[in-house]
Amino acid sequence: MPVRLSAFSLVRNALSSHERWPQLWRSPEPRRRYDVIVIGGGGHGLATAYYLAKEHGIGNVAVIEKGWLGGGNTGRNTTVVRSNYFYPESARLYDLSLRLYEGLSRDIGFNIMLSQRGVLTLAHNSHQLEMLARWLNAMHLNGIDGELLEPSRIREWVPLLNDSPTARYPVKGAVLQRRGGVARHDAVAWGYARAADALGVDIIQNCEVVGFLREGDRIVGVETSRGELRAPKVALAVAGHSSVLAAKAGFRLPVTSYALQAFVTEPVKPVLSCVVVSMSTGAYVSQSDKGELVTGGALDLYPSYAQRGNLPTLQGAVAGLLELFPCFSRLRMLRQWAGIVDVVHDSSPIIDEAPVKGLYLNCGWGTGGFKAIPGGGFAFAHLLATGRHHPAAEGFTLNRFTRGAMIDEGAAAGISH
Amino acid sequence: MLQITCPCCGPRDEPEFRWGGEVPLVRPGPPEQVSDEAWAEYLFTRDNPKGFVRERWLHALGCRQWFVVVRSTVTHEIRATTRLTDTLPEALT
Amino acid sequence: MKGNEWRLANGGRIDRTRPLAFEFDGERYWGFAGDTLASALLANGVRIVGRSFKLHRPRGLVGAWCEEPNGIVQLGDGARTTPNLKATQVELRDGLSARSVNCWPNARSDAFAPLQLLGRLMPAGFYYKTFMWPSWHMFEPAIRRAAGLGTAPREPDPDRYEERHEQCDVLVVGGGPAGLAAALAATRAGARVILADDRPALGGALQETKRIDGAAALAWTAAVERELRTAPNARVLTRTTAFGCYDHNLIALSEKLSEPESAGLRERLWHVRAAEVVVAAGAIERPIVFADNDLPGIMLASAAMTYAAQYAVRPGRRAVIVTSGDSAYEAASTLQTAGVEIAAIVDTRAEPGEAASLARSAGIRVMAGYYPVRAHGGRAVKAIEIGQIGAAAGRINEGSARRLECDLLCVSGGWTPSVHLFSQAKGQLRYDPERAALLPGPGPKSFHCAGAAAGNLALHHCLTDGFAAGREAAKAAQATRDAGRSPTTDVELAATTAFWASPQSSHRKAWVDFQNDVTRGDLELAVRENLRSVEHVKRYTTTGMAVDQGKTSNMNALAILAELTGTSIPQVGNTTFRPPYDPVTLGSLAGRHVGAFYHPLRRTPLDRWHAAHGAVLEDFGGWLRPAWYAGERRHRDDCIRAEKRATRTAVSLFDGSPLGKIEVRGPDAAVFLNRMYYNGMKTLAVGRGRYGLMLNEHGIIIDDGVCLRLAEDHFLVSTTSGGAGRIFAGFEEWLQCEWPDLTVLVTNVTSAWGNIAVAGPRARELLERLETDIDLEPDAFPHLSIRCGRLEGVPVRIARVGFTGELSFEINIPAGYTTALWERLLAKGADLGVLPIGIEALQELRTEKGYLHVGTDTDGRSIPADVGMGALLAKKSDDFVGRRSLERSDAKRPDRLQFVGLEAQDPGTVLPVGAHVIADATTRNASQGYVTSSCMSEALGRSVALGLVQAGQARTGEAVHVYSSGRTFPARIVSPRWYDPEGHRLNA
Repeated sequence: MPVRLSAFSLVRNALSSHERWPQLWRSPEPRRRYDVIVIGGGGHGLATAYYLAKEHGIGNVAVIEKGWLGGGNTGRNTTVVRSNYFYPESARLYDLSLRLYEGLSRDIGFNIMLSQRGVLTLAHNSHQLEMLARWLNAMHLNGIDGELLEPSRIREWVPLLNDSPTARYPVKGAVLQRRGGVARHDAVAWGYARAADALGVDIIQNCEVVGFLREGDRIVGVETSRGELRAPKVALAVAGHSSVLAAKAGFRLPVTSYALQAFVTEPVKPVLSCVVVSMSTGAYVSQSDKGELVTGGALDLYPSYAQRGNLPTLQGAVAGLLELFPCFSRLRMLRQWAGIVDVVHDSSPIIDEAPVKGLYLNCGWGTGGFKAIPGGGFAFAHLLATGRHHPAAEGFTLNRFTRGAMIDEGAAAGISH
Repeated sequence: MLQITCPCCGPRDEPEFRWGGEVPLVRPGPPEQVSDEAWAEYLFTRDNPKGFVRERWLHALGCRQWFVVVRSTVTHEIRATTRLTDTLPEALT
Repeated sequence: MKGNEWRLANGGRIDRTRPLAFEFDGERYWGFAGDTLASALLANGVRIVGRSFKLHRPRGLVGAWCEEPNGIVQLGDGARTTPNLKATQVELRDGLSARSVNCWPNARSDAFAPLQLLGRLMPAGFYYKTFMWPSWHMFEPAIRRAAGLGTAPREPDPDRYEERHEQCDVLVVGGGPAGLAAALAATRAGARVILADDRPALGGALQETKRIDGAAALAWTAAVERELRTAPNARVLTRTTAFGCYDHNLIALSEKLSEPESAGLRERLWHVRAAEVVVAAGAIERPIVFADNDLPGIMLASAAMTYAAQYAVRPGRRAVIVTSGDSAYEAASTLQTAGVEIAAIVDTRAEPGEAASLARSAGIRVMAGYYPVRAHGGRAVKAIEIGQIGAAAGRINEGSARRLECDLLCVSGGWTPSVHLFSQAKGQLRYDPERAALLPGPGPKSFHCAGAAAGNLALHHCLTDGFAAGREAAKAAQATRDAGRSPTTDVELAATTAFWASPQSSHRKAWVDFQNDVTRGDLELAVRENLRSVEHVKRYTTTGMAVDQGKTSNMNALAILAELTGTSIPQVGNTTFRPPYDPVTLGSLAGRHVGAFYHPLRRTPLDRWHAAHGAVLEDFGGWLRPAWYAGERRHRDDCIRAEKRATRTAVSLFDGSPLGKIEVRGPDAAVFLNRMYYNGMKTLAVGRGRYGLMLNEHGIIIDDGVCLRLAEDHFLVSTTSGGAGRIFAGFEEWLQCEWPDLTVLVTNVTSAWGNIAVAGPRARELLERLETDIDLEPDAFPHLSIRCGRLEGVPVRIARVGFTGELSFEINIPAGYTTALWERLLAKGADLGVLPIGIEALQELRTEKGYLHVGTDTDGRSIPADVGMGALLAKKSDDFVGRRSLERSDAKRPDRLQFVGLEAQDPGTVLPVGAHVIADATTRNASQGYVTSSCMSEALGRSVALGLVQAGQARTGEAVHVYSSGRTFPARIVSPRWYDPEGHRLNA
């Protein structure tokens, strides 16, 4: 096990001028054979490796990452975690994820700074209020916490919200999930990496998959920029690059990759205590512990693998934010960026065997992958280790597209992911 | 912000346009002869390439014509735009 | 003037005839027009201008413009208060009030200063290692309060922002000598040029003492500016930052129009589509990393020179200059002229060459081959300890330390070219060890870097380089007139070498990122913990992530990282440059898309009438429509009840203008619509209409409405109000992309026609009172038919369709006549009891009737079979959009949600919309569907509800429970056709 991190270890190391801190993880030379190779050193890949080792005793695992770990969507999102889902299938998976998040800092001994400050979803007209009610009652039946707030209560939570009588989108009501909030994205990646490494998982960065090794109709390993690595099971957790890897393995996916933008403002003193999501403007915003307002908006309108922001989409997101908070107009944007998200028709994930034997898929998280990291990794590890779908991830199969059995949250309650 | 050359109207800014998916996209039929798999392929499965892709765009705030764009999903460079009635440009990689 | 004891008597670009009073941290001071807040503070002897983010170390000014990490201030109060501005960029004006941020009560004496003592407990990433027990929630509130710099306004921004779109042949970024020369060349060559510079005045770092083309540099600048401003093909923008390069050479500029505290138009966002871009954004000097290098009084040599030359401020009494290149010698000479005693120039080079000889001959002591070991001082620098670099390269000669007293320490560790835009345009950077800088490498052809941004620091290089870049850019844009010759000046010395950080000699902190309190030790810790990627180090230590965006720290961090990992700077690589170059106000990004201009509401032709007659107007699908008519201060429910009663017992008018109206014409119109509708439309008779569902290719119901046939080759399609644009666009897409062989023309005429629905048992009676050539009798004009003719002399199309279940005529009339007809109908029907009704009444009326409302009573999974129209599928042999999807296994699942009525056991209970149907009232765990519409029906004397329920159609009569917010209601599944199930009334 790695060194237990605590205030005590901090003091002890301060006395030795911090010169004795061990590595968070090793940088091993890849072995030639593993039980499982996980492609993708983002949150989902690292969590998968960790749970393979911890829950299933499979530690002979490699996580291979083209760049630096956590450098994809894990390090580019708006850090929101929540489980306020409509369909029982979604609720089971995302609430498993949130429950794992709730114990994660202690479990992996690394502070992921889970801040359950509440996620507030705003309705702006009577139709949306009805949708909120439909959604909230579904949450209750799914066993998820949630409460309806009247406008006066909303103002207690978010005093700076636009209260102009001429607001384009007056706030009529909101659903609050208190267990929702934010977590520190980098810490999730680093914490899982550190914990997985301690259980024997090899984390291999700067290692690009250039092809798959096959025996007959089976995939038996990967060809990488650092040589051939073999394993009876290869797991794909590469989000926006799923189609690219699938093409290398010889099949296509129901996935389209889009840029999802976000931006932060300069840090200011606390002005927003919870996460705010608006059904009309599509904007979502929270304030980081450092004081920056972290804001996201809609997807760019065409597919892209360019991890950079686009001006019209950004302007739309800013205008949406200012409709909710006209007082933020004088704050300044400090950074903007984009992640490449893997969007499928119903915006629900795919956790399944690939059409090619020996290969497994974890993709399709679209704009909501961060909150699902622990649950997605847990369920994916279960599938890899046992060959069976985890009860919390049933339904998220590839053949739902042939059957037409979508799990479309937006379609059911008009609430986007 | 892309600048797209509409074959009818000339170069215009991105907000005037709407993206409409990869081409060619062949609608299978007649329905009774199409398998579930083929139908799902048509509805959902896409190349989604990292590189040049042929796709259709609509000049929504202009001539309202759909046309074909050859665009890189990595650099967003646009190599060609042609009318739907023209021969489909070569796929580039 | 009192208070300006550090001000020089002469020189500078300030206006001594215009003194300005200002306040900082509650103290009053004076400065002059032309000052920045920073220069005015220095002139008044204010040395501590801020506190660091984490440890609250006292800090002084380091830079003189956007690179400034320490002098962060809050301006003004109330709605116009503005946080986190750099004092170096705030133009001084009379009455300006500024305060330091993130300290209490002020920067000079900050109560949080003792945090410095805990510095050791707060290395990089300390928060990842602790605060886990009992839970992060225990610690987070305190940490949040401690974080953040300034405070956000709490009132809406009263100022305006605007956007402007522009095209040009050549955009020149930077108005220093290189940019001016480039703009001059491109303009003379005939190109359309925009020159953008972020400072209030052009000239960049040009010093008064320089001569260009035989004239004083500033006179030359003025002449060039005059030429550009009078040229018809050039535009000069000052106070304008080019902050981002986006796709296809779209450069975003932010122009500052007024000061933060003044009223009116504040900033303008320019979208400039530039054929060619000249990046002449200059370079930013680097500090050197050594122990205690953050003491107030330690500043960049270029900044000290700027304060002296441009603002006529003496930044200290006795200065030591530590440099690794020639440029700081000029700073020394400028400071000396300004009356600063130059204690020594400490040059890290063993043989500094000609620059040193010239300085020595001017009487300045040059200590070559020395490096800074440690700064001494508490709240200000008092001395610098230097050591000799050994003869062997890179070796430090132990025991050679010397101490030089000073109150100003100017540092110059080299220059970092401002290549941000080039890099954002996907230009590659290459490390040039000779100039110790990342320089523009291969990149887009349309980008030309010039001057210091290209690594050419000397003025003569900047001029020739800039001029050549301007000419080339113009040529690339087909502007080829003779631009003449490049401006010239004397050859300057501008050699530099790399000196990033002094060897660490003690455990004293050596700062890399001032604002975020990142030290060399933090970088070491990150590497020790195996965070070796530059991105990991950045994120772990937060270096480069402060509001100065690492302008002074990034390169030093890279170099130290290279040293720590035993690699080289090119191997370490650099983090990606992303917009914005300098922070951009959110208001300017939103532009005019705020308030009423954010998603503007659509208004019907009757909008004014509604407003004048007590309508409660609300947003329904983007249209501002009457929810109900309030009349004489009556209660909402009473009003709605009266509106419903008028419809059921007399006659009512409903403004249906937003209803989608699409004309479909052509020989293949019937074939086409037959493919667009689930229902068969080929057989529709002329003059008749048919209700139909429209599906998407997934088989999902996306819209519904009546399709009316006006002629053999002419249809009028009505869609839901929200669906008009979407359905019309879909028609065009199918026609152009899938069935170009069909000869069909579609036109969206939604806003060309007003629509008034006249409904109720006395509807015909009312219409008959108007002059018309249309036969309104039931046999001549049955339900689901359309007639064209004249009404009160105006051409109309009247359809016998409706959404209320009553006898109903929908009159389509040219939009401009809508109000006149509306008023005529009200006048003529007064004795009949006619009333206008709003959306709320209409929704209740159609709920009673059991008409489904797409999007309310269907969801994004509903297919025709779910709403009781499954049988039609077998009857239609032709293909249509979505057909194949209806054959998939999921479409045939028996437990699909189906459209039903829900009858509350208690007729007085209105089941809440959004409530769920459950089987077991005690376990309450599995949803079987939900209530979608619900109301109290006066006509039926009980509550009615509609819903989507699992296998609902087969379960008619079954008792269920309905759950809402912790309560359950007993209910029964019934037919949705509550009111007049046989349809006698609407067929009347």
